[in-house]
Amino acid sequence: MLHVVIIFLFFAILLYFLLGGADFGAGIIELFTSDNNKSRTRKTSYQAIGPIWEANHMWLVIAVVILFVGFPVIYSEMCTYLHIPLLIMLMGIIARGTAFSFRNYDAIKDEKTQTLYNHIFVYSSFITPLFLGITAGSIISRQIDPSANDFLTAYVYSWLNFFSVAVGFFTVALCGFLAAIYLIGEAKEQSDVKRFTKKAVIMNAVAVGCGGLVFLAAEIEHVHLAYWLFGNPLSLTTIIAASLSLVLLWYLLAKGNTQVIRILAAFQVTMILIAVGYRHYPNIIMMKGGNNLSLLKDHAPLTTITDLGWGLMIGSLIILPALGYLYYSFKAKTD
Amino acid sequence: MNDFIAARSQMALSLGFHIIYSCIGMVMPVFMAISHYKWIKTGDVVYKNITQAWSKGVAIFFATGAVSGTMLSFELGLLWPKFMRYAGPIFGMPFSLEGVAFFVEAIALGFFLYGWNRLNKWFHWLTGVVVGVSGVLSGILVVSANSWMNSPAGFDYVNGQYLDIDPIKAMFNAAWFSEALHMTLAAFVATGFAVAGIHALMIFRKRNVHFHTQAFKIAIIFGSVAAILQPLSGDISAKGAAHRQPGKSAAMEANFHTVPSSPLLIGGIPDTVNKKNNYGIEIPGLLSFLVYEDFKTPVEGLDKIPQKDQPNVPITHYAFQVMVGIGMFLLFAGLLYFLALWWKRKWLVKNWFLKLFIICTPLGFLAVEAGWTVTEVGRQPWIIQGVMRTSEAVTPMQGIQYTFYLFTFVYFTLSVAVIFLLWRQIKMVPQLYDKNK
Repeated sequence: MLHVVIIFLFFAILLYFLLGGADFGAGIIELFTSDNNKSRTRKTSYQAIGPIWEANHMWLVIAVVILFVGFPVIYSEMCTYLHIPLLIMLMGIIARGTAFSFRNYDAIKDEKTQTLYNHIFVYSSFITPLFLGITAGSIISRQIDPSANDFLTAYVYSWLNFFSVAVGFFTVALCGFLAAIYLIGEAKEQSDVKRFTKKAVIMNAVAVGCGGLVFLAAEIEHVHLAYWLFGNPLSLTTIIAASLSLVLLWYLLAKGNTQVIRILAAFQVTMILIAVGYRHYPNIIMMKGGNNLSLLKDHAPLTTITDLGWGLMIGSLIILPALGYLYYSFKAKTD
Repeated sequence: MNDFIAARSQMALSLGFHIIYSCIGMVMPVFMAISHYKWIKTGDVVYKNITQAWSKGVAIFFATGAVSGTMLSFELGLLWPKFMRYAGPIFGMPFSLEGVAFFVEAIALGFFLYGWNRLNKWFHWLTGVVVGVSGVLSGILVVSANSWMNSPAGFDYVNGQYLDIDPIKAMFNAAWFSEALHMTLAAFVATGFAVAGIHALMIFRKRNVHFHTQAFKIAIIFGSVAAILQPLSGDISAKGAAHRQPGKSAAMEANFHTVPSSPLLIGGIPDTVNKKNNYGIEIPGLLSFLVYEDFKTPVEGLDKIPQKDQPNVPITHYAFQVMVGIGMFLLFAGLLYFLALWWKRKWLVKNWFLKLFIICTPLGFLAVEAGWTVTEVGRQPWIIQGVMRTSEAVTPMQGIQYTFYLFTFVYFTLSVAVIFLLWRQIKMVPQLYDKNK
C-alpha cells in the first residue's frame, strides 16, 4: 500500500504541475504580453481555465495532505527549513487565486479595479511557481542543514542558493511554455494562434536557457545533477524521449496541429519530473552531511498508510470521472 | 512579541478568518440550491435571479475559503512542525477525506457556475446540491480533526512514543459528533442570519423588495431552525467538555471551587488572583444539573486542576458568555420570525421587525468566533489534550512575529476586498439580477 500512496503523491504533484502549472503559465504569458494584446490573451486564457480553475489547484491540497498524513517527518522538516519560500509561495497562491476570481466576479467591471486585479494576478502568477520551484530545488540541493545554529544558515541559505533559484526560474519557464502550447489550441483567430506560437517559441528558448543554468548551478554547488540524469538508463531514456518529442512538437506545430502538441508538451514535463525523481528515489529530501529522508523509510505507521491508500483510491473513483466529465463538458464539447 | 505567542496569534488569526469564509462557502450553496429548486419547480423568475446572485457570492467565498484553507494546510506545518510530525498520521484521516470532499466541491462548482444554459436543468441543479453537500461534509471532517485535539483517541502514548495508531478510531473520537453537530448548526445560524440581515436591509431601504423578500425568507428559515436546535447541541457539547476536558469546562464557567450544588454563573468578572467572580449572577445547583442531571453532585472546579494545566480563565469565560448570549438572542429572533410567519404576518414588513434582523447580521459570526475561542483557548496549554503542550509543538524558526504581521495584513486586506465585492454585488442587483420584472 505504501507504493500506492507514493504513486498518488507523484501523480498529484505531476497533475498540479501540468494543470495548475499551466494556469500559472497563463498569467506569466499575460505578464509578457504587450498592452495592446493583453485583453485578448486574458479572454482566451479565461475561456481555457475558467470552469476548471478551482479544480486544477486542488492537486496541491491533495499532495500536501498525502505528505502530512503519510510522510509527516518529511513534511515537518520541509516546513521548518523551507519556511520562508513556502510562505512566499502561499502569499502568491492567496493573491493569485483571489485576484483571478475577483476580477471575474466583481459586479462592476471598471478600469481601475480590473487593472489592479490584473496586476496582482500576473505578478503572483510569476512569483508562485518561482518559489514552488525554489522549494523543489532546495529539497534536492543538499543545502538544508539540520545542524545549523544560526538563522541564515538554517532558514535562508537552505533555499537562497544558485541551484534552487535556477530551478525556480526553470519552473516558471516550463509553466509559461505549457500555457503557450495549451493556449494555441484555445485561440479562435489566426492572429492569436501566431501570437501564442511566438510565445511558445520564446518560452521554450527560455526554458532551455534556464535548464542550462540549472546544470551550471548544479556543477558550482556540487549537486550531482548530470550524474543523476545521465548516469542510469531510465533517466537517460526519459531525457532522450523528452528531447525527441520536442522535435516532433515543433514539426507538428509548424503543420498547424493544436491537440497532439498539448500531449507532447505535457509528456515532456512528465519525463523531466520522472528523470529528476527517479535517480534518487526513494530519497526525497537530501540534506547537508548526507542525511536523506526517504519515502520508503520516513513514512507514517503502516496502519495509517493503509487507510490513506484506501481513502485515496476510493476518493479517486469519485474525483477522476467527475473531473473527466468536467473537462469533457467545457472543453471537448465546445472545441 | 515572542515567537510562541506570535505563532499562536497567527494561527488564531488564520483560523478566525477561515472559519467565516468557509461557513459561508458551505452554507450558501444550500440556500442557492433551494432557490434553484424553486425556480425549476415554479418557473418564477425571481428565484432564478436570486440563485444567480447568490452563486456569485458562493464563488467569491469559495475562492477565498479555498486559498485560506490551502494556507492552513501549510501553516499547520510551518508553525507547529513537531505537532504535525506526530499527529499527522493519527488525525490526518479526516484531512485526506476532506481533500477529496473539497475536490468534489470544486468540480461541482465548476459545473454549476458555468452550466447555465449548457447542462440539463436537473443535472445542473444537482451539481449545486453537490457543492452544498460536499461543503458541509468538508466542514464536518475538518472539525472532526479538531475534535481529536480535544479528545485524543486512536493511539497509545507510552514513554513519549505514539504506538498502535488507528486513524479510523482517531477520526471517530468521543468529541467528533458533538463538535461537528455544533459547528454545522453554527454555520447555518451565522450564515442564515447574516444573509437574511443583508436582504432585510435592502427591504428596509425599499430596493427590489420582492427579490429581497424571497431571498430573506429562504435564509432566515435555515438560520432560525438552526438557532432553535443549537442549544440542544450546545448541551451535548458542554456535557462532553465537562467529562473530557474539566479544565476547559471549569474555565468556561469560571468555576474556581469544587462545591456541592455547583452554581451556574451568568456574566461576571473572574478574579483569578482571589479566585472569585465579581458582579455575576449565580444560580445554585444549575451547573450540577446541566452536567450530571441532578442538583447536588459537585462539578470539578479549577482547584482540582494544577495551575500549569489551566487555560486562560477570563478569556474562555467571556468568550463562552458571548457565545451563549448571542445564541439565546438569535434563538428568540428565530422564534419571533416563525411567530410572525404563522400568526402575525403584518409584522413581516414592519420597520422594527426588519431592524431586528439587520442588527442580527454580524451576531452569528461573532458567536462563531467566540465559540471557536472557547474551544481553542479552553484547550490550552495543550495542543493535544493531556498529551502534548502547545509550547512543545512550535517551530524553532525565529522571527514569527514578522510573519504574523504579514498574515494580519493579508487577511485584513482580503476581508476588505471581499466586503467591497459583496457590496458591489448588492449594489448591482437591479442591473444584473432583478432586471426582468
